[in-house]
Amino acid sequence: MSLLLFDILLCGLLLALALASMLSRQLSHAVILYIAFGLLMALCWARLAAPDLALAEAAIGAGLTGALCFTALARQGQLALSPVLSWQQRCWPALFVVVTFCGLLLALLQLPAQPGPLPALVVQNLTASGVSHPVTAVLLNYRSWDTLLELLVLLLALIGTLQISPAAVLHRSWGLSRSWSRLLAPLIILLAGYLLWAGASQPGGAFQAGALLAAGAVVLKLNQQLDWLAWRNIWVRFFAVAGLTVFTLSVLTVFFLAEAGSEPLWLRWPPELAKYIILLIEVFATLAIAIILTLLVVAEQPQTALSLARADKTEDIDG
Amino acid sequence: MAELSHPLLLFLVTAATLVAIGVYGFICGPEPLRRVVALNIISAGVFMLMVVLAYRSNGPGAAYFTADPVLHALVLTGLVVAVSATAFALALLARLGQATAPLPTEQETEQETEQETEQETGQ
Amino acid sequence: MSNGEELGLFSLVISSGLLITGLLFFIAGSVGMLRFPDSFSRLHAVTKADSLGLGSVIAGLMFYCNWWQNLLMLLIWLLVLASGTVSCQLLARFCKTKQDQP
Repeated sequence: MSLLLFDILLCGLLLALALASMLSRQLSHAVILYIAFGLLMALCWARLAAPDLALAEAAIGAGLTGALCFTALARQGQLALSPVLSWQQRCWPALFVVVTFCGLLLALLQLPAQPGPLPALVVQNLTASGVSHPVTAVLLNYRSWDTLLELLVLLLALIGTLQISPAAVLHRSWGLSRSWSRLLAPLIILLAGYLLWAGASQPGGAFQAGALLAAGAVVLKLNQQLDWLAWRNIWVRFFAVAGLTVFTLSVLTVFFLAEAGSEPLWLRWPPELAKYIILLIEVFATLAIAIILTLLVVAEQPQTALSLARADKTEDIDG
Repeated sequence: MAELSHPLLLFLVTAATLVAIGVYGFICGPEPLRRVVALNIISAGVFMLMVVLAYRSNGPGAAYFTADPVLHALVLTGLVVAVSATAFALALLARLGQATAPLPTEQETEQETEQETEQETGQ
Repeated sequence: MSNGEELGLFSLVISSGLLITGLLFFIAGSVGMLRFPDSFSRLHAVTKADSLGLGSVIAGLMFYCNWWQNLLMLLIWLLVLASGTVSCQLLARFCKTKQDQP
């Protein structure tokens, strides 16, 4: 009974925050409400027995997205109130949305109440996967294709962002926040290392550790620390690409070395080596995810010919 | 899915409503930044739906408490991809804001004038 | 983890009292954040809720857990306390600088 009360409260709060974020007339209010929404989503994942997601969402939804949205807000400069929409402008979309919502709900209620065969299969083959935590096994063994492509997507997003984003608007940071961020840094590194190691048997893993490291690095970068963490540094570039490279290389190695035995298969680890391959990939993936997410949030313009030509204009516009 | 327990139905309806709210905000949101936030709310609804579907495997007949790890892994991938897509969208937005910003009044050097004419023709 | 029934009456009363005190602080903080006129008084309300409210909620919960969980909760409270103080200070300074240069 008390759990149902908690659920109702959580769902009600989530819906109220989302609605208020969409309907508020000030853009800054919308962004702040959305950050609160992200925090509650982390609670919601914990309630729905998904601790992996709760860990990642706490670092991403509440930390990184907040920093991203505030940077975007700061770039917009002086904001006017949103224009008031007329009755008709609001009514027709609302009608459309209500019809879609009813159709969606009807379709969802048709879904079978019993899960498919996949969870049972995952648990059955867990001993051959090299790790004992099912989510890590799915991410880095059964469906490692997803993870490989995801690293590629991250890298592409970073390259695109570096090309187009204007020069960052950096403000002077206060001494208090600088020293506090320095105090937090070792704690975050410790936690990320623990998460990475625990991922083999408990909730945790490369994504959560990478997101956490990125959140810590963003706090430090916003306080003008970590000057070396920029795209111009060759080691940063190396580790940003290394996640993908190590993954691909280990896939290729396993593919060509396994030819002596049975028929070789793409993205299939031999069970006796799986543990070490997964650990190797996870370490590099964590570093790559952390670096890429950090640079995505506090993107700095690389010193290319195009950006140098653009620099004087940017200064004028920013005042 | 009528035999689902009440909390799951509640979360299912919440997920669908989140998607609906996001779609409404995406259509009606006057500013581009708000539309990006709306897209994020839609994705939160979709992820929540997938997590609810993962949770349903904990029926009374299940041997022990496990949620569907395949869906969890998919959502975990989705979270990270969503934040990178958001970052890219916001970078595009910043460039858009820079391109459509009011032009500076001083026209001292030739280079600036050149760039401004470029910008005007671009608009 | 022991259940509430296993606690003595005395500890049950103390823990419930602490939990209710914490909740009252949170409610007062939320009302203050919604009703107060300017940023400084709002910050004042919110940080009270954060530090004292969370502290007494955690103190109330400590009756139900073993020493390891208690230590973790205490650490979480200290972290929230410190980060709340820092962010409050930063927000207040931001508001002050914004006030000074209109």
